[in-house]
Amino acid sequence: MIEYLDTHYTYVLAFVLLAIGLYMMIANENLVKKVIGVNLFQTAIFLFFVSVAYVEGGDAPIVPAETNPGELLVASPLPHVIVLTAIVVGVALTAVALALIVRIYAEYGTLREDTLREVRADE
Amino acid sequence: MSDALSEAIPVLLVAAPILAATLPLVFGLRFDRAGWLFTTLTTSSLFVATVVLATVVYSEGTVIHQLGGYPRAYGIELVADRLSTTIALLVTGTSAGVLAYTRLGGPRGNTFYSGYLLLVGGLLGLTFTGDVFNMFVFLEITGLATYALIASGDGPESAVAGLKYLIVGTVGASLYLLGVGLLFMATGTLNMIELAEAIPQAQGGYENTLVRAAFAFVFVGFAIKVAQWPVHAWQPDAYQHAPDGVTPLVAALVSTVSAYALARVMYTVFTVDFLTQTPYAREIVITVGAVSVVAGSTLAVIQRDVKRMLAYSSVSQFGLVVAAYGLVTETALVGAVIHLVGHGIMKAGLFIAAGVIALGYGARTVDEYAGLAARRPVVAGGMAVLLIALIGIPPSVGFVGKWYIALGAVQAEVWSVAAVIFLSTMLTLAYSARLLEKMYFTPANWLEDPHAPDADVVATDGGSGPGLTRQSDRARPDAVSIGMLSIVVVAAVLAVALGFSGDLFYDWLEPFVSEVFN
Repeated sequence: MIEYLDTHYTYVLAFVLLAIGLYMMIANENLVKKVIGVNLFQTAIFLFFVSVAYVEGGDAPIVPAETNPGELLVASPLPHVIVLTAIVVGVALTAVALALIVRIYAEYGTLREDTLREVRADE
Repeated sequence: MSDALSEAIPVLLVAAPILAATLPLVFGLRFDRAGWLFTTLTTSSLFVATVVLATVVYSEGTVIHQLGGYPRAYGIELVADRLSTTIALLVTGTSAGVLAYTRLGGPRGNTFYSGYLLLVGGLLGLTFTGDVFNMFVFLEITGLATYALIASGDGPESAVAGLKYLIVGTVGASLYLLGVGLLFMATGTLNMIELAEAIPQAQGGYENTLVRAAFAFVFVGFAIKVAQWPVHAWQPDAYQHAPDGVTPLVAALVSTVSAYALARVMYTVFTVDFLTQTPYAREIVITVGAVSVVAGSTLAVIQRDVKRMLAYSSVSQFGLVVAAYGLVTETALVGAVIHLVGHGIMKAGLFIAAGVIALGYGARTVDEYAGLAARRPVVAGGMAVLLIALIGIPPSVGFVGKWYIALGAVQAEVWSVAAVIFLSTMLTLAYSARLLEKMYFTPANWLEDPHAPDADVVATDGGSGPGLTRQSDRARPDAVSIGMLSIVVVAAVLAVALGFSGDLFYDWLEPFVSEVFN
């Protein structure tokens, strides 16, 4: 168990972050903090992907032109590319979420979900 | 048709709407109404292209395009087989049809049409992709366009509904991504066809913990996107508060294509062998579906708002589809696909009819529908036919789908699903009959009908609050166009006509299904 934690602690860390993000989404009443929770949730998955790609003793997957590529030990580049794409998706998502929050704040004058529920119940 | 040309069609279908999404914005600088024209031209040409693609797939078999010419091992493929082409026909046809409502019914503005085309592009990408990570990207493109479209409503409620969907939907897509990551760890590939071969060869084969965990994450992710009980809570809010022109598109296509993607991942990636050999995999899928059927239709019965009622009805209809996936028989799979297509057409028609009624009559709740048939015979008739089709009374497409699923349940000897189908029909009858009774047999009571166009109340409630003004302002009979009514009628006619085409569907899907099951 200790040995596993020693070599795979990044996995544990990623899933702890994932749980914190999920908890923030559910338990926090502030809408902006909910979106931060979503970001944390996604970032945890990105970290997981990056640590999956890690090869012990491997370099960054940038292959120099002169050496024989087969002899180099590099980390797997595919998960990195995937994470890069997913980060872009995440940024777009955060932008849309914040735009919606700006509109909600302009209409209701609050960012808290519990206040929002009261305001909407009154209408 | 030459191979190169037919291979280019799937790429065109995905790229064209995304590129065309910029046109309404560019031309909108000069012309106010450019958006509708460009969107109509684009979606109709997409529909024609999909029909051409379907004939190619019919005569020559599956069309595969490797993007950029990169081989399967690390490139991305677009695959047009009989299943994805069926869904593409539904997507392009419905998106072209709904425009008949939005031309006058709104939402107006060129940015709306840019979002509309982005959504169509995302849905078609999700339909054709042959790569599990690419599927995540299109899932998010679809999601982003949907959140924005839902929030484009006039009222502040729509922004809240959009944000709720955004948070929940992102969790769904992210869980799917986590499942993809675990699959990649186990096999080292992301291509669907390669995954199907690589999963049994992974360490421990189907008993590999990574593979099993991946299936769990992927299924839960899609359950959120398809709106299965108990993770359906985003869906009724989103459908109810979205603008009337957006709901038909979202309700008919977004969850449908997600459900298609679930079938694709379950049957093409994990394969039938995985489903039958993994203990409790089938049972869990069936249980989620069956519980959604009962919970969704029970909740639909107690709703007052018509759009919300139809939204809960979607939860139950998709429950039926998911339960059919879990049966793992050829007949049930065909039934699920027929029900996906049929439900898409029926819900598009029903939500357009609800929009027309809100627009021309001001009625949004079940009670306000009283006496509708006498004053709005065409739209009430269309709605009645669609509701009857939704219940599953033959001849209708709703009946054909349910029939095949029930047949599959009997073949698989899963009697609980057969019982749930019967129960769901009863519950669907309950909420549909409520609406039918109001429309046809309850006389309109003017005094209890504050939103009626010619009641005196209207003149005085001009500034009494956003909810009320919106309803009464919208009660303009002249706002209902011939195009809106004809699209409701077309949906009703299609729902009945496809009821005669069960054999046609079966023959069309047979090659795909038998390939999956062998």
